[in-house]
Amino acid sequence: MKTTTGYHGVPRWIYAVAAAGGLLVVLPLAAMLLRVNWPQFIPLITSESSLAALGLSLRTSAASTVLCIVLGVPLALVLARGEFPGQKLLRSFVLLPLVLPPVVGGIALLYTFGRQGLLGKSLEAAGIQIAFSTTAVVLAQTFVALPFLVVSLEGALRSAGNRYEAVAATLGAKPTTVLRRVTLPLVLPGLASGAVLSFARSLGEFGATLTFAGSLEGVTRTLPLEIYLQRETDADAAVALSLVLVAVAVAVVGLSYGGRRRTPAAVQS
Amino acid sequence: MSIRRQHFTAILAAGTLAAALAGCGSGTNATATPTSSLSGEITVFAAASLKTTFTQLAKDFEAANPGTKVKLSFAGSSDLVTQITQGAPADVFASADTKNMTKLADAKLVDGTATNFATNVLEIAVPPSNPASISSFADLAKPGVKVVTCASQVPCGAAADAVEKASGVALTPVSEESSVTDVLGKVTSGEADAGLVYVTDVKGAGDKVKGIPFAESDKAVNTYPIATVGSSKNKELAAAFVAAVTSDKGRKVLGDAGFGAP
Repeated sequence: MKTTTGYHGVPRWIYAVAAAGGLLVVLPLAAMLLRVNWPQFIPLITSESSLAALGLSLRTSAASTVLCIVLGVPLALVLARGEFPGQKLLRSFVLLPLVLPPVVGGIALLYTFGRQGLLGKSLEAAGIQIAFSTTAVVLAQTFVALPFLVVSLEGALRSAGNRYEAVAATLGAKPTTVLRRVTLPLVLPGLASGAVLSFARSLGEFGATLTFAGSLEGVTRTLPLEIYLQRETDADAAVALSLVLVAVAVAVVGLSYGGRRRTPAAVQS
Repeated sequence: MSIRRQHFTAILAAGTLAAALAGCGSGTNATATPTSSLSGEITVFAAASLKTTFTQLAKDFEAANPGTKVKLSFAGSSDLVTQITQGAPADVFASADTKNMTKLADAKLVDGTATNFATNVLEIAVPPSNPASISSFADLAKPGVKVVTCASQVPCGAAADAVEKASGVALTPVSEESSVTDVLGKVTSGEADAGLVYVTDVKGAGDKVKGIPFAESDKAVNTYPIATVGSSKNKELAAAFVAAVTSDKGRKVLGDAGFGAP
């Protein structure tokens, strides 16, 4: 769908403002890069507490991404394909964590899964304790990351349309077979990019974790919490660890954009 | 009538504006405080634990010196030092520990020397029902007790470490928070059975938590220093505020909130 007229329609001054916008994002990152204590970089990011935080972050983010897929795929399907009263309302609520300050999410989770919370009392009676555990971290991350997967996948489902599904159904395929053999393969790139974004959001989760899960090395102190704490005494360590998160974020955004660009092609073929 | 009132308001506004532009807000108040020539505005950077007391002290100071304005900014002491060294416009700095005041002095940003104005000690905070029946520091080490402390990197955590060392009781906290307010939050929400916070935090939380003093707390006494910031543009007013905080009246406000004398 390339335009053939050669008309771009972007006034030159727009480029100047756009450059300012770009700088606003790039400049602080560059400033941080200048502050990195390079000779000490490797020792700083491989210290015991840094590795514990990095390991915990990767493990919990992987777990919450899996949880996001398990819960998010049905949600996206229901929102994109289903028809039921309250659908719009459900969509608004699912997207809420996108705009909610994470600390608010943390408070909400606390009053749900905390010891005195809505479900916490029954859970504790059943011998399950969530507060101060790694499970709490995964819950907090899933809470904030779920909308990313749902939004990506719902968009992919809508742009894919349901022609192939209809054909498969007329050929006698049962709904579950259609889902497994037609729908999911069709939106796989959208699912992948949604999963990558969820992973990235989980990795960066801070506010909800701090409020809900606490902060203990190897158990609940993820990389962002470690950075927040190191900043108190060791700015070099905080900057070095921040750079690690920036690098991961850049890789993740690159990956997900790669996946996005393939989406229309996959649909057309 | 209404036109005349508008006219009057306009004159009043113009007058205020002129006074402000001339950098002289004390014109109307000169008769109220003949003994004081203080005027203008200062910004006080104070440790988060001083929020209640310094809000009160600033209000008292403004009342005693009409025409002055004290703006307050509260955060963790180390955050405040970072902000000041990065050029934040602070006139007075009140730290929750001597370490951070030294950091500011090392950056050549303390005017003269700092004055110690208060002390604070740790206390055990438990939910009002005291579910784990805590009555001493040693009780915190009982199996199954969920204790939350500050991490060693922050002053309240360093104090907790000192008490542990002195008492020989080794704690295994379920969480090591980066601020004392986060510790208190875990106790007031009932997530933790006990938390190590300052006496003043327990007092400030009212009946949401119960405080349990313990003898070993004197092993880690936190001293609060205050100083005029070197880059202040109104050192006279800043020094007057420091004097007010360290005065007998100031000490009383601090003492009522649970702070000890330096």
